[in-house]
Amino acid sequence: MNFDPRTSKLDFVKHRKKFFSFSAVFLMVGMILLSTVGLNLGIDFAAGTTVEVLAEEEITAAEIEQEFADIGYDPDDVVLAGDNDIARASFVGGLSDDESLEVQSHFDDLYGNTPNVATITPIVGEELAMNAFISVLIASLGIIIYVTFRFEFLYGVSAIIALFHDALFIITVFSIVQMEVNIPFIAAVLTIIGYSINDTIVTFDRIRENMSLEEKVESFEEVSAVVNKSLVQTLARSINTVLTVVFAAGALLLIGGEGLRVFSFALVVGLVAGTYSSLFIAAQVWAVLKTKQLERRRRKREEQEALEAEQAETET
Amino acid sequence: MANRRKGIRKSLLAFFFVIVTALGVLIASNVMDHVEDISLGLDLQGGFEVLYEVQPLDGEEDTEIDREMLTDTVSALNARIDVLGVSEPSINIEGDDRIRVQLAGVDDQEQARELLSTQARLEFRDVDDELMMDGGDLVEGGAQQNFHGETNQPIVSVTVDDANLFQEITTDISERPPGENLLVIWLDYEEGDSFEEEQMRGEDSKIVSAPRVQSPIASRDVMIEGDFTTEEAQDLAGILNAGALPVELDELSLNSVGAQLGERSMDLAVNAGFVGIALIFAYMMAYYRFMGAVAVLTLSAYVYFVLVIFNWLNAVLTLPGIAALILGVGMAVDANIITFERIKDELRTGKSVMSAFKAGSRRSFSTILDANVTTILAAAVLFYFGTSAVQGFAVMLIVSILTSFLTAVFGSRLLLGLWVNSRILNKKPKLFGVKEREIDELRS
Repeated sequence: MNFDPRTSKLDFVKHRKKFFSFSAVFLMVGMILLSTVGLNLGIDFAAGTTVEVLAEEEITAAEIEQEFADIGYDPDDVVLAGDNDIARASFVGGLSDDESLEVQSHFDDLYGNTPNVATITPIVGEELAMNAFISVLIASLGIIIYVTFRFEFLYGVSAIIALFHDALFIITVFSIVQMEVNIPFIAAVLTIIGYSINDTIVTFDRIRENMSLEEKVESFEEVSAVVNKSLVQTLARSINTVLTVVFAAGALLLIGGEGLRVFSFALVVGLVAGTYSSLFIAAQVWAVLKTKQLERRRRKREEQEALEAEQAETET
Repeated sequence: MANRRKGIRKSLLAFFFVIVTALGVLIASNVMDHVEDISLGLDLQGGFEVLYEVQPLDGEEDTEIDREMLTDTVSALNARIDVLGVSEPSINIEGDDRIRVQLAGVDDQEQARELLSTQARLEFRDVDDELMMDGGDLVEGGAQQNFHGETNQPIVSVTVDDANLFQEITTDISERPPGENLLVIWLDYEEGDSFEEEQMRGEDSKIVSAPRVQSPIASRDVMIEGDFTTEEAQDLAGILNAGALPVELDELSLNSVGAQLGERSMDLAVNAGFVGIALIFAYMMAYYRFMGAVAVLTLSAYVYFVLVIFNWLNAVLTLPGIAALILGVGMAVDANIITFERIKDELRTGKSVMSAFKAGSRRSFSTILDANVTTILAAAVLFYFGTSAVQGFAVMLIVSILTSFLTAVFGSRLLLGLWVNSRILNKKPKLFGVKEREIDELRS
């Protein structure tokens, strides 16, 4: 995979409207789903108790439900996991301490493994999510300031647009597939935000460098030529990096076990979204904003010149 | 002249092998020790976690929960956990009125939870629930587990501060009619509890015992017989000595993890980590050839140093932490990839291996720096504003980024530099994954 910028015909900017509308439609669908169906909130965000039973032999959901019924409990949901040797029973509303101890000792006697019992009031999960959200807003502000200082304000704005695009992308996918959202999911979204910034900054760094090499960049065509050149130059790096990170996240997803499934799935989705936004959204948004800025400046300069010309005329 | 240059070349390569061997020996000799030293989080080794909301004691509702009260509560909890013999408890104050207790590797969770949340307010009342004497009248730290002289039953003995007071109380009670001459010993009596109701409750009763007092007792020692097992008697003596809690603790959330599931998750995650890293190594070597091999060396060093720093910080490794570590490998790889791509770009423009290496390293540096600083900025905000799970993740991310920056930028540069400067790689762009025909002849 070598992409030679001198011979490459790849045009990333030409189809920007298609990329923008794809993302806009996709995220819109996400918003609609979010406000109607909502996310499948796990026990971290909905009050209740989950009991995770490790049986070390193949079991069926019916068997586990029967076991619960034998000791007088009726779980709201039983899901099998692992090689069908783990069952996760949830009780919305929750079990009392005594009840969970009873359940634990029953399954301990049955399979020789103490089940995990997690009881949680949703306050904790909600606060964590809120807390994470506020942290991201503060971090975004910090990033804009840093990028404005090191690059230019418009790069910062475009990077933050890409960042929120990626975070919303994961949330949209999760509201479509209705996978359970838990606290590790939030950690995954945060990771992707970090990755997304990293990825976007690397391409922006190349755009900044190429901009300084150009003698005159004024029209949209000239801006997009620089963007295209920069994206092609960093393409091998973008692909190789995302591939290696996907190796790690994919290994976690496929063989990392139940405990990491939601986390690693969110990571893989986010990595795809992050690469997509770095290649097709961030730089294009920047190109549009930059052209507008250049136009404004040119108009100002023209007005200034016209004004000066007028003054000169009146003087003579 | 030529001989001397050859000598320098050889010594540069010798230096490379010395560094690699030293690193290899260092890693091989103590990597396992470091792995074993890592404190594992609850999700990995089992145990339980309780989040308490701290509230003023009954009858003191007007008291504000302040920082001092919280710290006092934490020390009282620590003293109690000593009774349990848990090696590395983690007790943290969160927010204004919350305390999170994490106990890893506790076998008997039921016992531990009871021990933690009981207030350990020992009170002596009569059958009409009139308070006769409480913990404040006992000698501090004077509770002991003993055996009853006659029945050999485990008992708890406490010592009264003032022998006269106890004699007065026992005199008063012994003079009451039979059936009412009981000294009721309560643990955590609350307004509204009554002897009549509570004695019917059997095992869960807050009444430890209610001995009949037939004659005044002129002794400072009080024996509490409560139908205990030896262990229960020891625990009770232990928490009485640890002192009563200055506040009431309400369980907000409870998360308990069976150790077997934890171990299983750990094995799976570690395995997945190895597979992921092996794939990355293979890919790097296949794509970047010689530079890829150097990257594999520095990436191994990266994983090792992250482990060492992690231990040194006494941080607790959780599942998201492992994920952050593996993701950190990705970030370290990225720094390598950015540098290598730059070197390849320079080679393609027809530069010599030596100047391509120099220019590539120099020009990639600011890119890597900016990308790392922005990510660290995000991680630092997460650490500062985040709570437990998010914080653990942020710590691992910051450690990973800093280490990856050092190993991938300086480590790779040093190791690759030794080879490049030995001139042995001159005119061998193939080793860098650059084909001859890609090289721009016009510029050379």
